[in-house]
Amino acid sequence: MMRFLLLFSRQGKLRLQKWFTVLSDRDKRKIIRDLTQMVLSRPPKACNFLPWRDLKIVYRRYASLYFCCGLEQDDNELLTLDILHRYVELLDQYFGNVCELDIIFNFEKAYFILDEFVIGGEVQETSKASVAKSIEEAESLQEVRQ
Amino acid sequence: MPAVSKGDGMRGLAVFISDIRNCKSKEAEIKRINKELANIRSKFKGDKALDGYSKKKYVCKLLFIFLLGHDIDFGHMEAVNLLSSNKYTEKQIGYLFISVLVNSNSELIRLINNAIKNDLSSRNPTFMCLALHCIANVGSREMAEAFAGEIPRILVAGDTMDSVKQSAALCLLRLYKTSPDLVLMGEWTSRVVHLLNDQHMGVVTAAISLITCLSQKNPDEFKTCVSLAVSRLSRIVSSASTDLQDYTYYFVPAPWLSCKLLRLLQCYPPPEDGAVKGRLVECLETILNKAQEPPKSKKVQHSNAKNAILFEAISLIIHYDSEPNLLVRACNQLGQFLQHRETNLRYLALESMCTLASSEFSHEAVKTHIETVINALKTERDVSVRQRAADLLYAMCDRSNAKQIVAEMLSYLETADYSIREEMVLKVAILAEKYAVDYSWYVDTILNLIRIAGDYVSEEVWYRVIQIVINRDDVQGYAAKTVFEALQAPACHENMVKVGGYILGEFGNLIAGDPRSSPLVQFNLLHSKFHLCSVPTRALLLSAYIKFINLFPETKSTIQEVLRSDSQIRNSDVELQQRAVEYLKLSSIASTDVLATVLEEMPPFPERESSILAKLKKKKGPGAVSVNELEEGKREGGELNGGGGERGGDNSTIAASNASTPSPSADLLGLRTGPQVSAAPPSAGSLLVDVFSEAGVNDDGFLSSAPPSAVSEDAAPPLPESNELLNKFVCKNNGVLFENQLLQIGIKSEYRQNLGRMYLFYGNKTSVQFVTFTTTVSCPGELQSQLNVQAKPVEPLIEGGAQVQQVINIECLGDFCEAPLLNIKFRYGGALQNLSLKLPVTINKFFQPTEMASHDFFQRWKQLSQPQQEAQKIFKASHAMDTEVIKAKLLGLGMALLENVDPNPENFVCAGVIQTKAQQVGSLLRLEPNAQAQMYRLTLRSSKDTVSKRLCELLAEQF
Repeated sequence: MMRFLLLFSRQGKLRLQKWFTVLSDRDKRKIIRDLTQMVLSRPPKACNFLPWRDLKIVYRRYASLYFCCGLEQDDNELLTLDILHRYVELLDQYFGNVCELDIIFNFEKAYFILDEFVIGGEVQETSKASVAKSIEEAESLQEVRQ
Repeated sequence: MPAVSKGDGMRGLAVFISDIRNCKSKEAEIKRINKELANIRSKFKGDKALDGYSKKKYVCKLLFIFLLGHDIDFGHMEAVNLLSSNKYTEKQIGYLFISVLVNSNSELIRLINNAIKNDLSSRNPTFMCLALHCIANVGSREMAEAFAGEIPRILVAGDTMDSVKQSAALCLLRLYKTSPDLVLMGEWTSRVVHLLNDQHMGVVTAAISLITCLSQKNPDEFKTCVSLAVSRLSRIVSSASTDLQDYTYYFVPAPWLSCKLLRLLQCYPPPEDGAVKGRLVECLETILNKAQEPPKSKKVQHSNAKNAILFEAISLIIHYDSEPNLLVRACNQLGQFLQHRETNLRYLALESMCTLASSEFSHEAVKTHIETVINALKTERDVSVRQRAADLLYAMCDRSNAKQIVAEMLSYLETADYSIREEMVLKVAILAEKYAVDYSWYVDTILNLIRIAGDYVSEEVWYRVIQIVINRDDVQGYAAKTVFEALQAPACHENMVKVGGYILGEFGNLIAGDPRSSPLVQFNLLHSKFHLCSVPTRALLLSAYIKFINLFPETKSTIQEVLRSDSQIRNSDVELQQRAVEYLKLSSIASTDVLATVLEEMPPFPERESSILAKLKKKKGPGAVSVNELEEGKREGGELNGGGGERGGDNSTIAASNASTPSPSADLLGLRTGPQVSAAPPSAGSLLVDVFSEAGVNDDGFLSSAPPSAVSEDAAPPLPESNELLNKFVCKNNGVLFENQLLQIGIKSEYRQNLGRMYLFYGNKTSVQFVTFTTTVSCPGELQSQLNVQAKPVEPLIEGGAQVQQVINIECLGDFCEAPLLNIKFRYGGALQNLSLKLPVTINKFFQPTEMASHDFFQRWKQLSQPQQEAQKIFKASHAMDTEVIKAKLLGLGMALLENVDPNPENFVCAGVIQTKAQQVGSLLRLEPNAQAQMYRLTLRSSKDTVSKRLCELLAEQF
């Protein structure tokens, strides 16, 4: 399973953090610091995977944002790249041509979309249409003013 | 500020975020945040009741502030209030706040759980999902206590919506991982397995993660999932790329589900049912075939998804490790990836090949890629890829390619990234030891390691080289010579000085004959490094100096002067000062005999698991090169560590502490606690105890010290390999006689005239004590009248990890052919162990070398010309025909090696006299190597026919 997912900018600003296991705030801060440093210092054409402690780190850059996650040893790295890509597609579908600013100003939406896609570090729904449908249903609920 | 396109945007929130982004400094940001916090606090405390929208907005602002990295200590109650709102977005923000800022405040938990309970029973699928996401996100024990019973019911209920089932499956998985004891197996478990057949692909995708985890923990209960998974996989694999509609990802049908199915199958052995197995093999073949088809899209997502399935299939093939055909195909596929232009694929191929290398079916196939892997090590730009290449080289290493791989790794070390040097050093050290055929290569490799990457050579590595050199007398001279040469370098690493100090101190005499490395030259070389070294190294060097005084009396005055100098004898470091004072005193008052006894050569180290291997194990996480595999290889093929790998850490600490003598606090020389002293039986110290034990406490000891008797009836027959063990010791006196899982027997012996003394070291390799440990030495048949063997009693109890010593006195009465038997009995964990070995006492041990000139030799040769006086054998060389090695063996035999006697310089001739109590037997030897034919002709002539015959037999096994 995926242990965590971090989104950070090229300047190292954290934009989203999702933890799938219980960690202390101190540990979280350390992981964020270590990984942003490590990933940002890698050359552009380097491999998207690297071993770190007992985890496999998989990351990929989309425009100005880095998507980076920590995997357990059994997890499939290539498939995780697909998870990251599918998440970007979902964000894109929701915001329309998503950019970093959308995620800054609508951070709560980025979390909601992620919850529809991944729970407890495992993929729950891979169909773009199904995820879009659940989000749409929820959106339609909120339009109802009582 | 972008316009929020959808939903009801919170304008206030957007303004606040915008303000924060415009802050020029950290201080300004904090000021702005504090202002906002004060504002929110006053709103929450105000008299006016807030409407849902405002509450949501403020809670969301708090969340934003928290995610920026600031502490939030209020607002939890307002968030909990939002949970019971009937507006979706308000509820959603409430849940998000709770998920991110969970607080173990018991009052709140009760309220939160209440709200969750309401939503779970609301029958509104959207609300139910929100509640389930929250449980999964928090995943605390309190949540498990409250909901572990409810969720399985929701999961398998017939009327639950698909989307809720998906969330419930993964939510339950999360709870099972945090609190497995609270998720009770029950009727639902069998129904969960059948979710694999569900029509909705999303439900299968979610449920299979849960099933995989449950199967890992309770494989038997979930066995039925294997055939279900195979048929599901087969349907996906054989479907066209458009059949699965939205579950097709870039022309690849259901990649996530395929991978999860293949992962689930890895929880089980290959299916027993032939039909199921056939279907699965077909799937795997199809997946391998598809890899060769042209891609359906140029997008990287297409190839990622396709290859993700391929790698997962290869993992399953490796997991089964039973289909040679598939394993070799997998290996070929990975071989293609090794040259792929995508770095990611090269990385993964190297990683997968590491596991393939340990399968007997594919090891050879992996080896064919050695050049590509070496090339990767040299040319990959990304360090993590190079690291994988190094791992793979390590995994594919065996006897056939060890020299090449070690050489490549050594040359890579010169430029390797600092982060991986230490691990590389350990790996090189292990490979060099494991595959050393001749130990001079091993010594060269380790010294090179120290030269290239001295800083990364941990103590374990240089302890180990010393252990090995001490235990193998065939390499001692070479080691001394090589380390002496290495020390000539103007700048050499301190670790080199340590190894040099230790080795020259023990074996400097072996090279002292050469004027270029005379004792004084050796000493001056070592001492020239002294002032550059740290205290522990200096302490080691001081010990080497006192050993020099013993080895080379001519250096005594020079060394005493050094010890006497103020910088030593008044050194501010108490350890150095103490050593200087003690050694100086020892060298001036002790007689040569006492000095020789105190500074006797180190006894062989008990051969245990390599401490380096233990260190590598500690460094490496799971999923790396399998160390178990390594150990197995070692047990089969390792020359050094034959066995004894089952007690990891424990062993290595003992080995390390044995080897750690050079540390300042431990005693290098065995002056206080060296093995020979600590292992000594009571007889060494206290006469009273000695008498007491001989008086009958130890019956066997008493018996065996009486004149030799026949083998006691219940002794085990000698081990089948005992003749081989005997042969090992014809040309040497020290080493390890025997070793199994429990016991190791080291031997050290010395002979003078017709007398010999043998020290046996019995080492308990386990952590459990051996009780009623008794040994009996006996001389069967004729030998009784030829050899007088007296064994001192040995202590009946050997603690776990301890070693005891036994002294055996031997007197040669007449010439003999057989060897005395050693029977050992003891109880280990209640079971009686009984084994018999041959003691390596052979007739040649009683040789006195005789020097003679060419003329004398041939005269005597002719005198011994009766046919029965000569024994001759022609045999094939079983070792490399190296002149130096042959010479060393002949010297070890005990005869004098006569130079310039034989007209053919290729031949060797020796002369010696065997000393028995009854008579002396003169013997001459001639060994004629034929390098072309790889054969030897060995001729022996002695005044007694039995002696010629026996010597010829013994020697024919040695070359």
